[in-house]
Amino acid sequence: MSLQLEQSPTTGDEVITNYTINFGPQHPAAHGVLRMVMELDGEIIERVDPHVGLLHRGTEKLIEHKTYLQALPYFDRLDYCSPLGMEHSYVLAVEKLLNVEVPLRAQYLRVLFAELTRICNHMLNLGSHVMDVGAMTPNLWLFEIREDCLNFFERASGARMHSAWFRPGGVHQDVPLKLLTDIADWIDERLHPLFDDAMSLVIDNRIFKQRNVDIAVVSKEDALRWGFSGPMIRGSGIPWDLRKSQPYDVYDRMDFAVPVGTNGDCYDRFMVRVEEVRQSARIIKQCIAEMPEGPIMTTDRKVGPPKRGEMKQSMEALIHHFKLYTEGFHVPAGEVYVATESPKGEFGVYLVSDGSNKPYRCKIRPTAFSHLQAMDFMSVGHMLPDVTAIIGAIDVVFGECDR
Amino acid sequence: MTVLHSAPRWSSNEGVKDALAAALGDMVVCADEEHGEILLTVVRERAEDAMRLLRDAHEYQQLMDIAGVDYPERAERFDVCYCLLSVTKNHRVIVKVSTDEATPVPTVTTLWPNAGWYEREVYDMYGVLFAGNTDLRRILTDYGFQGHPFRKDFPLTGYVELRYSEEDKRVVYEPVQLAQDLRQFDFMSPWEGADYVLPGDEKAAPAPAPVATPKTTEKPADTGAGAKANAEAAKPVADAPVASKADEPAAPKPTDDRPAKTDGDGA
Repeated sequence: MSLQLEQSPTTGDEVITNYTINFGPQHPAAHGVLRMVMELDGEIIERVDPHVGLLHRGTEKLIEHKTYLQALPYFDRLDYCSPLGMEHSYVLAVEKLLNVEVPLRAQYLRVLFAELTRICNHMLNLGSHVMDVGAMTPNLWLFEIREDCLNFFERASGARMHSAWFRPGGVHQDVPLKLLTDIADWIDERLHPLFDDAMSLVIDNRIFKQRNVDIAVVSKEDALRWGFSGPMIRGSGIPWDLRKSQPYDVYDRMDFAVPVGTNGDCYDRFMVRVEEVRQSARIIKQCIAEMPEGPIMTTDRKVGPPKRGEMKQSMEALIHHFKLYTEGFHVPAGEVYVATESPKGEFGVYLVSDGSNKPYRCKIRPTAFSHLQAMDFMSVGHMLPDVTAIIGAIDVVFGECDR
Repeated sequence: MTVLHSAPRWSSNEGVKDALAAALGDMVVCADEEHGEILLTVVRERAEDAMRLLRDAHEYQQLMDIAGVDYPERAERFDVCYCLLSVTKNHRVIVKVSTDEATPVPTVTTLWPNAGWYEREVYDMYGVLFAGNTDLRRILTDYGFQGHPFRKDFPLTGYVELRYSEEDKRVVYEPVQLAQDLRQFDFMSPWEGADYVLPGDEKAAPAPAPVATPKTTEKPADTGAGAKANAEAAKPVADAPVASKADEPAAPKPTDDRPAKTDGDGA
């Protein structure tokens, strides 16, 4: 923080020029390593210059040096709050280039776990948003739900967070029936009561509304111009959801509603996420009810690995396994841009293949890049404490923003 | 080609490529449709005009991403790819522009304010210049970083590493030192496309040069082992003991009942 004093040439009085303060890079409300250089007039924000890239790890360059399968776990580490949402875009991009058919059960499993990831992500975001504007309790309650979700991921994949469970061609392993019934019971007996309880503390709370209503209002036109997506564009009143408009996997079979905001402020974005959690629970229940039996990985042995038992019997299966886990599969040359509705918005993968076993270029389209860029225009004229509410409503995670 | 994959399905591409190519006219270098994506390569100088037309007349309201791609073997080595989205037509197109290190691409910050950071990223990673972008700073790399790390000729390990120096009480930058060489496994089958010398195969690669008089050792004297060894070699070899044929087990009979090998699945 610096305070500059300047002699006024006209009056001779001492006038205080604008404060310039550093918000972050170490700030609990910055949700990671965000540095914002802010110019303040008193407590009113005049200019915001976000500096990102403090967590830049060169993921896209690393991916160029890995086979398609080895590149997959990097996606877990982008948005570490919703790892499966990141994997989803990547596996769909690889499958689009390969034009490989994914078994129906695998598509259902992916949708189920993508929605569970959405709940998991929103628990963290809603909780921390509430905490950023002053309330403690809901965050602790929502973390209970998040912990349950992580346990489900662990039971499916063996890892709580970095699952690497979606694979090109399907999913890595099938889930036991008990896990599916447990998820269904958990939604009824635990998610809804706990979530409704936590939200009853917040959504009509006077202080919470004072901190969020009419903060950072974004019109429909601005949301389009600034490339908003996900809850940010829906908060501004545009019913745009890639799960509905550009369905992938089995989203076209799901019956769910797309909540939209009316005012385009931070409160609307918060409420959109609250409703999305309930809609995600609906999708999960439909998935569990409709999920067919069957294979969970494509039977194209040039893409999906053979079963362990098959390898003991068949020479060809052994060769396929060896080739897939050393050389990896080759992807036809071409380029695709595949975007899915990750919990934070449109998460895209622009994949260029030269026909070899490694991606030639893998550009990751982070959701936060567009949203954070609009910080300046959203914050100008607001008070300094409003910045935490605005960042909380953006739902930014720097693993994904900086890549 | 039938669509088997389950990637996002947007509205039909049918006729869109030709319609857009016709609308853009001489701004288009080539229009392709591959893997269900519409790729429009446009003239670099008119990229902004082309995208303004796409935004205003063809409802591609949103710029979702700008990606740089490096093809070092080409004269204009960089591709800049703009991913556009229409929320009203529910459709996506990719607009491509090629350039080199020195030639700037016109900015699209005049059309979409969020292009600023994407252009900064392409500049940071590839060194592509954008004419008209008023804030073309580095964005993802460190303050004071040199070079453009996503170029294909930039090493994966980079050139500098940093550590906290206890003596200087600050972070210091040093040339990168690897305790172990960076290992690159490509696992490509040597029969298809490996363009390097296989490990252990170094001596086999160049054909041996022919010699004028080939060295032969037909007589013991030619071995060059010396007189003593030659004398030893000239001695008659003791007769090998002849084993009686009777107590030797007979060779196994050919197995006629084994089925002929077929080129099945090896089961």
